[in-house]
Amino acid sequence: MWTLIQIELFKIFRRPRTYIAFAAITGLIGIIQFGLKLDGDSYVDFMMRDITSSITVEGKILNGYQVCYIVLQILLVHVPLLIALVAADMISGEANMGTLRIMLTKPISRTRFLLAKFMATVAYTLLLLVWLAVMALFVNMLIFGTDDLFLLKSQYVVLLKENDIFWRYVWAFGFAALAMTTVASLGFFFSLFAENSIGPIVATMSVIIFFTILSTLNIPVFNKVKPFLFTTHMIGWKEFFDIKVNEANEAIVGSIQNPQKIMQSALVLVLHIIGFVTASILVFRKKDILS
Amino acid sequence: MTKMIRIKKIILLLIAALFSVAVNAQDMTGLIMKVKAKLDQVSDYEADGKMKTDVAFIKAPVGKVKVYFKKPNKFRLKKDGGISLLPRGGVSVNMNSIITTADFIALAAGEAMVGGTKTKVVKLLPANENSDIVLTTMYIDEANLLVKKAVTSTKENGTYEIEMSYGAFGQFGLPDKVVFSFNTKDYKLPKGITLEFDDNEKELTEAQKIKNRKGRVEITYTNYLINKGMSDSVFK
Repeated sequence: MWTLIQIELFKIFRRPRTYIAFAAITGLIGIIQFGLKLDGDSYVDFMMRDITSSITVEGKILNGYQVCYIVLQILLVHVPLLIALVAADMISGEANMGTLRIMLTKPISRTRFLLAKFMATVAYTLLLLVWLAVMALFVNMLIFGTDDLFLLKSQYVVLLKENDIFWRYVWAFGFAALAMTTVASLGFFFSLFAENSIGPIVATMSVIIFFTILSTLNIPVFNKVKPFLFTTHMIGWKEFFDIKVNEANEAIVGSIQNPQKIMQSALVLVLHIIGFVTASILVFRKKDILS
Repeated sequence: MTKMIRIKKIILLLIAALFSVAVNAQDMTGLIMKVKAKLDQVSDYEADGKMKTDVAFIKAPVGKVKVYFKKPNKFRLKKDGGISLLPRGGVSVNMNSIITTADFIALAAGEAMVGGTKTKVVKLLPANENSDIVLTTMYIDEANLLVKKAVTSTKENGTYEIEMSYGAFGQFGLPDKVVFSFNTKDYKLPKGITLEFDDNEKELTEAQKIKNRKGRVEITYTNYLINKGMSDSVFK
């Protein structure tokens, strides 16, 4: 199995398309860093305009942790599109090149073959996230330094102490890995149905965009559907940055406001992954391979 | 004739009343000056403290702060590293800066109990029209010359209340604990901006909204360094 995964990883990283995502992340984060380094104070003033009418916020608001949060908030909606570029190409790409039929003549079960391809996709997804973490967290910590993290939520603001932040990012990236693996499994599933990569890539992107819009819309009729959309649960990483308060309204350092919500979202995402991979295996085992 | 006598009596009564107000006002100025003299023993101080912010829409842990004061009215509150959330224009107003306002009119407004201590209520009106402070009501422990509570109305920053408890540094008029109460505005951001997808928030009742508009900052001082000299650069 490990040899199969290695072969698939070799194939993924031999293609120039794979590096588009890494380049895109580097470029996007670079632009955000450049902009915030140059004119970050104006951005902070704009961000704080609703709170400064009654509260004065003093300190180094625009620090590495803050910039990382801004970057993740912007990028974790778009990174799925970059993952789709590779995940949705895994089977359809082989079919397009005509190598799928040849590969399946080897004495390896279809299930093992498919799982190896899926594992390689997950490895690519995780590597992309590691790169995102390096660029968004560590590079920003170097450029902007570290300090407390001040977050604006829709109904309240959260202030996290500097020594209470890093572990939250570790868990948040772990959760993001789960969310991105869900996207990868969706793209992987779609790649079974086409002999050209374009179709599955566009289909995966469309589903993500469509579901994200549904998740964002605050219209009562859609509220019943939202809990079933995986895009609603993909932003569960943000829950790691919400803190509990005691009866005296003092934030409890090291606490998470709603761990059950994180568990629930993680469960929904895991079920989606299992669902898509199982469906992929079932479809692939009975698929008539003609190319 | 009797009508004339009655008018004269009324005029005399009015004059007497005016005199008594003037006398009271003078008395209160005297008390304020005594409190000021007590505070004047301190040319500068540096204090360590713990600050707790209790505002409905803020989730913040208790933080360590450092407070600096230098005569006549330089005041700075710094968090010991990190980000601090303070009521707008508020905490910088301290007893020294209120009483340092040279021109004021002090009027007696009776007596009241504050934290089990009998206090004199003094209304302090700044004579300077440009002063941000419109009115300060002080509750002064006359026996110890300590300001136990002050309610200040300002032009720009609303009304806030400062309540003080004294301990070891009471002899310098410096409190061990300051509770600062102020009004806050409603806070709400669209979920589209904060990227929150859940819809299980409950609408607040009017009573809850009113309660949420009150904020408190509590500073408990642990240590004072008094009259050790201080550079002006601390306040920049």
